[in-house]
Amino acid sequence: MERRSMGMAAKRRTANIITYVILVMISIIWIIPFIFLILQAFDVGNPGLTGNVWPEKWGLGNFAYLFSSESNFLRWYFNTFIIALFACVGQTAMQFMMAYALSRFRFKLRKPMMNVMLVLGMFPGFLTMIVLYEVLNSLGMTSDNAVPGLILVNIASSGMGYYVAKGFLDTMPKSLDEAAEVDGATKFQVFYKVVMPLCKPIVIYTVLTSFMGPWGDYIFAATIAKGSQEGMNVATGLNSWLSTANIGGYYKYFCAGGVIVAIPVIILFLFLQKYYVEGVTGGAVKG
Amino acid sequence: MKILDKDSYLKLNKWKRFVYKFKYFFLITIPRVFFKIEKLDAISYLKLNIWKRIGYKIKFFYLIKIPTFFKNLGKKIWKGIKGFGLGIAHFFKNLVVTFIEGDIWTKLSYFFMGIGSFARGQILRGILFATMELVFIFYMIFTGGYYLGKFNSLGLIQPLDADENVVVGADNSFKIMLYGALTLFFIAAFIYTWYLNIKQNRINEQLKKDEKAIADTKDDLRAVVDQQFHRTLLALPTLGIIVFTLLPIFFMILVAFTNYDANHNGVSNALFGWVGFDNFRTLFSWSAGGKNYAATFGEILVWTLIWAFFATFTNYFLGLVVAMLINKKGIKLKKVWRTVLVMSIAVPQFISLLYVKNMFAYDGIMNDIIQFFGGNRIHFLDDQASALTVRITVILINIWIGIPYLMLVTTGILMNIPADLYESASIDGANVFQQYTKITLPYMLFITGPYLLTSFTGNMNNFNVIFLLTGGAPHPQELEAGQTDLLVTWLFQLTMKDNSYSLGAVLGIIVFIVVALISLIVYNILPSTKNEEAFQ
Repeated sequence: MERRSMGMAAKRRTANIITYVILVMISIIWIIPFIFLILQAFDVGNPGLTGNVWPEKWGLGNFAYLFSSESNFLRWYFNTFIIALFACVGQTAMQFMMAYALSRFRFKLRKPMMNVMLVLGMFPGFLTMIVLYEVLNSLGMTSDNAVPGLILVNIASSGMGYYVAKGFLDTMPKSLDEAAEVDGATKFQVFYKVVMPLCKPIVIYTVLTSFMGPWGDYIFAATIAKGSQEGMNVATGLNSWLSTANIGGYYKYFCAGGVIVAIPVIILFLFLQKYYVEGVTGGAVKG
Repeated sequence: MKILDKDSYLKLNKWKRFVYKFKYFFLITIPRVFFKIEKLDAISYLKLNIWKRIGYKIKFFYLIKIPTFFKNLGKKIWKGIKGFGLGIAHFFKNLVVTFIEGDIWTKLSYFFMGIGSFARGQILRGILFATMELVFIFYMIFTGGYYLGKFNSLGLIQPLDADENVVVGADNSFKIMLYGALTLFFIAAFIYTWYLNIKQNRINEQLKKDEKAIADTKDDLRAVVDQQFHRTLLALPTLGIIVFTLLPIFFMILVAFTNYDANHNGVSNALFGWVGFDNFRTLFSWSAGGKNYAATFGEILVWTLIWAFFATFTNYFLGLVVAMLINKKGIKLKKVWRTVLVMSIAVPQFISLLYVKNMFAYDGIMNDIIQFFGGNRIHFLDDQASALTVRITVILINIWIGIPYLMLVTTGILMNIPADLYESASIDGANVFQQYTKITLPYMLFITGPYLLTSFTGNMNNFNVIFLLTGGAPHPQELEAGQTDLLVTWLFQLTMKDNSYSLGAVLGIIVFIVVALISLIVYNILPSTKNEEAFQ
């Protein structure tokens, strides 16, 4: 009996060692591109795409370039930040209004509405881009003034992404609302005094994801900015540095820009990781 | 075919016996084996060996699930049509009955909206109805009528005359179509409010008859935050969706039936007009204006499906494996491993994608490493690469992108699997692999079925990964798009680069049809949507 358990322990130890080896390998694979990115951001030797990862010459010159008046990077950064700020407030509000109404009320058009939104969601997103571009163009919200246009596009239809919030609201017992209503609260008071405070984790998740969205948004931003340096966001701007014509002179600036863009989002993410995980798992289970 | 008993069979001569056997085999045996199925209960199913079980499952899927699915679908569609017809009949009946039975205010409300509300002390409602009518009339006179009148032709006065001079006061097809569509929506909204206005009168008359109080303005205002609070909540999001999604999609569906493209932009070079199904024909033709759209479409559709399949399932299974490794009993520093992976979600995707793309470039880091170890440089992602290389590289990079996310999703669910399932399995002598295939996988698949479906359709429309990594490369001469282009990236190229808006719109509709069909079928076959108690 003893020998057998010793054998089991040894077996388990080898299994664990193998697992550790795999995990270390996975970690290296996942982290190494980012380490390369950071290393290259500090290379002030040749600004183009070079084979060496280890900097020829260390320095902060690439970052200095980003913040100097030579580049439009600060402008792009500011644009993206503004869009993200508005988007996270607007999208969260829209999604919760939609989700709350669909989860807590039973009205005649409820099912048809949900079906219509489901069907609309099956069309590829930027099929609508041509129309929206023309409409925004006639309102003067494109190229140099792309920011308000992008904010509008980001917020307007965001009610369609109500699923995660509704899934969370559905799990909340209805007896809570009923108790408050017996005490004379209106439906509005139930909404903002009883239910919303309990939704904190999922609100944070929604705010986080909708804040992160605009940082990676490429097609919509590129279409509406239409090549204007003033109206680009970071994704469009940094991508323009990687075009065949520019990559020889701007590659290292792209790396530095990538680092600057990633830092605030990573910090935010590390702090709010718990809520993100909660939202992601909850959303997946409900589908 | 007549089935013979043994005596009559023996009476036949040799040839007739042969013919009989032949006929029997094709008309009785084959149908019995392949096309006939007896439903088995759980115990008789478990008695079968593994091959018979697989056979049973396949037969069950094709002979029972799919026919029932289509039968139910047919029933649903028929029910929908019937319901719609009845609804319309009901609508008109109500209108006539209300008009005949109603008092003078109700009758007047048919022509002057809101007058009934005013007469019964519902000032706010009256004002809203009257405003709606006024706005509608003014809109139709000054804008809507004009555009709706030209909607049929999409404009007649060309922007350039025969000598290429700019014509003053020319039509604008784009505007005509946009405002025409808007006007159609507005008319629908108007009819709905008009109907509401009449329904109000009917309800109020009934209340009066029963000597009950009619809601006044104060009650209405209170209802905005109380009984009708859902309408208040829905107003803004719904308006946004109608204006920024529904109307544009409606518009693009219309565009699919016009010749709106670079040579007919409707504003500065030539007007566009209705062409019926021509664009659909072009997309499925082997040579339209020297362009082989059908071959391109076939190739891209197949690749889109292959891509969506691999992108979804490689990420899913590998993400599950990684999550299980991290959650394994006795593994320390769980938080560290997880954080390393989660960090890569936090970095905006375009940065990681563009950086990895340059790592795999011909003169990028990956090739330097390969050369360092004595290999030859490889074209991974550019136009000189072979389609297979690019496709495999893209799928591998997508694994790198997707695993952290799937790891998070699956971790939460893994922890919910009851531990005693594993305990009793290991007491019964199941090894790790068996536990994985018999407990973990079925449980996960059951819970995440709907999620898998959405991520499959999401991957079909995964624009960023393809666009930023390859841009569709490689682009062979004989195709109109690249070999790693998805339907959506091709749609992007058609509309934004080639300005073939109408073809793009057709492609958009096709993407919708494909996604909708897959969703519909999978959703009806998924166990978690029907058999909800399987794991409870």
